[in-house]
Amino acid sequence: MTVYIAAIPARRRERCLLRASGEGIARRFRSAALSGLPTMPYQNVLLANVGKPNSHTLAAYLASGGYSTLRKVLKEKSPQEVVEIVRASNLRGRGGAGFPTGLKWSFLPDKHPGPIYFCVNADESEPGTFVNRVQMEHDPHQVLEGTIISCYATGASRAYIYIRYEYPLCWKRMQAAIDEARAAGYLGRNILGSGFSLEVYLHRGAGAYICGEETGLIESIEGRRAWPRIKPPFPAVEGLFRKPTVVNNVETVACVKHILERGVAWFKSIGTPADPNDPRDPGSYGPKLFGISGHVNRPGCYEAPLGISCRELIERFAGGVWKGRKLKAVVPGGLSTGVITAEEIDTPMDFSGPLRVGCLGLGTGCLIVLDETYSMVDFLYNSCRFFAHESCGQCTPCREGTHWALQMLRRIKAGRGRIKDLDLLLEIGDTIGILPGTTICGLADGAAWPIKTAIRKFRQEFEDYIKHTNVAGWMETQPVPALEQSAVAH
Amino acid sequence: MAVVIIDGRELILPEGRRLNGIEAARLVGIEIPHYCWHPGLSVVGSCRMCLVEVGMRDAKTGRITMQPKLVPACNTPAVDGTVFVTTSEKVRQARARVEEGLLLRHPIDCPICDKAGECLLQDYHFLHGQPQRRADLRPYTSRRRDIGDVTLFVDRCIMCSRCVRFTREISGSSELMVVGRGAQEEIDVFPGRPLHNNLSGNVVDLCPVGALADKDFLYRQRVWFMRCHRAICTRCAVGCSIWIDENQDRIYRLRPRPNPFVNKWWICNEGRYGYHYVHDRRRLVRPMRREGQSLHELDWGLLPDELCQRLRTAAPLAAVISPFVSVEEAYLLCKLIRSLDAQAVLACGPIPLVGQDQNFPGGFVVLAEKCPNRRGVEAVLAHFAGKVVSFDELLQQLADGLARGVWVAGGYPMPWIDHQQAQRFAGLELLIVQDLFPSPLSDLASYILPAAAFAEREGSYVNRNDWLQTSAWAIRPPSGVRPEGQLYWQMLGMPGLFNPRSVLDDIARQIMFFSAATCEIPETGLDLRVNLLAEGQADKERSHDV
Repeated sequence: MTVYIAAIPARRRERCLLRASGEGIARRFRSAALSGLPTMPYQNVLLANVGKPNSHTLAAYLASGGYSTLRKVLKEKSPQEVVEIVRASNLRGRGGAGFPTGLKWSFLPDKHPGPIYFCVNADESEPGTFVNRVQMEHDPHQVLEGTIISCYATGASRAYIYIRYEYPLCWKRMQAAIDEARAAGYLGRNILGSGFSLEVYLHRGAGAYICGEETGLIESIEGRRAWPRIKPPFPAVEGLFRKPTVVNNVETVACVKHILERGVAWFKSIGTPADPNDPRDPGSYGPKLFGISGHVNRPGCYEAPLGISCRELIERFAGGVWKGRKLKAVVPGGLSTGVITAEEIDTPMDFSGPLRVGCLGLGTGCLIVLDETYSMVDFLYNSCRFFAHESCGQCTPCREGTHWALQMLRRIKAGRGRIKDLDLLLEIGDTIGILPGTTICGLADGAAWPIKTAIRKFRQEFEDYIKHTNVAGWMETQPVPALEQSAVAH
Repeated sequence: MAVVIIDGRELILPEGRRLNGIEAARLVGIEIPHYCWHPGLSVVGSCRMCLVEVGMRDAKTGRITMQPKLVPACNTPAVDGTVFVTTSEKVRQARARVEEGLLLRHPIDCPICDKAGECLLQDYHFLHGQPQRRADLRPYTSRRRDIGDVTLFVDRCIMCSRCVRFTREISGSSELMVVGRGAQEEIDVFPGRPLHNNLSGNVVDLCPVGALADKDFLYRQRVWFMRCHRAICTRCAVGCSIWIDENQDRIYRLRPRPNPFVNKWWICNEGRYGYHYVHDRRRLVRPMRREGQSLHELDWGLLPDELCQRLRTAAPLAAVISPFVSVEEAYLLCKLIRSLDAQAVLACGPIPLVGQDQNFPGGFVVLAEKCPNRRGVEAVLAHFAGKVVSFDELLQQLADGLARGVWVAGGYPMPWIDHQQAQRFAGLELLIVQDLFPSPLSDLASYILPAAAFAEREGSYVNRNDWLQTSAWAIRPPSGVRPEGQLYWQMLGMPGLFNPRSVLDDIARQIMFFSAATCEIPETGLDLRVNLLAEGQADKERSHDV
């Protein structure tokens, strides 16, 4: 996990992950009771095995009933039925965009001679996000079972699991899980006598954020530079090796397994129902993993139903803001989604909740909590530095826009900021990205949302900072001369 | 039939015509600015300059629904009912921002940039850019890097990736790549693997800005001083369409002229840099007569009559016509020699063959046959003599003493005859050699006549696919040189200046092979096989070639 936010010290980052242990889960609920908030009766599903001894081994997985769903599905259901079930569940992709998974699968051409490819996106690079890591390190077989069922449904005979370079333990454990599953007959030719064959390959990234983008990931698996492809054609028609391809997140395929195991009714009993006034809203159903990091007492990975409020996540699960300080801002779902203020934290964490408070969306569902002592100028500077560094450089607006925004923030931090820089930053934020249509992929939107939300919601702080550092109003009305590169450390 | 609406104008496209937004708009005279898109390369849609608003007209109700986002025109097919809006405020602003972005780190060293004057970044800035610079980034320096056949000005690059795609898709050599990420991105080559292939010069034409520069052309001429002339490359039997860029009778560069039937958008380096012989100091530049051991300079005014007189007394005659001579010149010379001696032997000059044909993955071919007009000359010879006498056969006939006077129309840009072959011409009563450079043969000649180079003469060439193209002169020949056609014209007693069009009309009437050339010859040339094949067949084959 690369948490790019400087606010999180290194040793706390490590602790984030330890919280996923069973002992931590017990403590979490105890503290929730103590906090006086109503405790939601909720049984962990996705994290059920996490914290058990040797949970990453096949033996432990089988002991908890693993692969029985796969056995049942292969025996009793046709691929079309599986697609129908997933479609009926309104499962939405957990990777960030929230696209309905069943719908995505149905875009695959009918009766294609093959091969069809299935990619599992485990390139979890969004700053502040680490839930897939917990799944793959502690319960790799669950991910694998979900992958096999998804491949069965989509008719894919090859699956690639794209793991980011920074997850060596995930790599090791997923590879061990694949080897174990193959030896036990859950992978390979004629799985469990059903006639369905599947090979799963691990592909290890080399450390680029853009490889988590659907078509960037495809290009990367093909061995090329991860420049996202222009769409159309969409991957479902022409993807990996120019064949129909589905790309799904780790958590999504894990959810597929549970939907097949427990049924659509169970899945739809959890979460926020669809808005009856909006026929295009598929609702936000099912369990979701939330990673909480930043200035909280107990950062970690927690499972909760979609629609839980941001306040509940911070106060009940993460034990509130640390050191008795007040909350200043929360990044609701990975850095790309922008920020919400302390007043807005009653926002429900479902696919449409953060949208209503001006954020990009639910994103990955991983919160970064900032306390009152943290400067939003620093926050935005770090955010811009990340996206300028990770922009693949293909589309002009993103390549130049992220770079320009970073240079401006560098200057603001160096005490040469101007009020009008904020308007220029907002203009960049409003015009780059896939939503205005000026880029191929969504990276620029991810860069734009922190800029837009931070400046709009904390404008007073930015202006105070600029007035405080640039007291004389230096160059406020004139064009600023060029900034020496060496004046500010890179 | 598909109806496409572009800025309110309806464009009707025939069924099966697949165009994108940029091409469709061009048909109604609307230019959609673009950098990364090129008709000969794959679509990446990354420069975002061609963003337009796109909608769809419902076939039944006629209602138009526009997409909320801007869409790149290069990746939007112009299918029935597509609506393009290229002039709205939203589009204008998007273009201005892309221009602003591209100029953030551009060195703006136009005064010393070769591309200035034909640079898309310049042109689009004036058309679509903002008048004021809002950024305060320090411009980068203009770094220059040697990457092999061409030179790279790293910071001028706008990352359109055309050159990278060219080396991957057309030349197949994949030398160029993008290194770095985001604003640190650069075009580069792998260490020890420089850009080096026979098509590498094309990346300079492809570059929409001055990032890739031709070493041959670098800092030699400003583009606005040069005039462009349509011409045909004569360095192999493909006969690529080219532009000759010259200033004051000096060629500065050759560029490919798009021709879907012959060379598409490309030319090879052999052709591109193969023009230097035109300005070679060793060229023959004045007509001379050998008298004993010495050479006497002659006056062009008296020459035609003198030559005719000498030829009449030297029968039996023979003529050697090289495959560098145009169809019209070959025809006039054959006519001239046959009018003086009805039994004259007419032979084709040696066909220069170098190496093997080179086929590139993008479909481009460079042929081993390094002459432009073998098919044309052979067709003319076959018309006059019934069969084509090869150069070797002619040498044999000379040994048998079948000719006393020989006219050799050379025009080879490379050495073409060795000492041993030349000796076969020794002892003739009359040997007239018309060539570009001195050779073992010209050492024996009674008359040495200077020939005009390809850029100095006009006429038609027939390539190996029987594709006829005409070329006009681009520069005047050096003082003292007259194009061959003019001399033959005068010797045949025709008045005024050599008129290749009227000669070609004659040829088309007389020679079945050229019968298609009676019409106006299009800029892209003409298929001579069109009359030989069943109707429709030729079109089909041609579209297959494209």
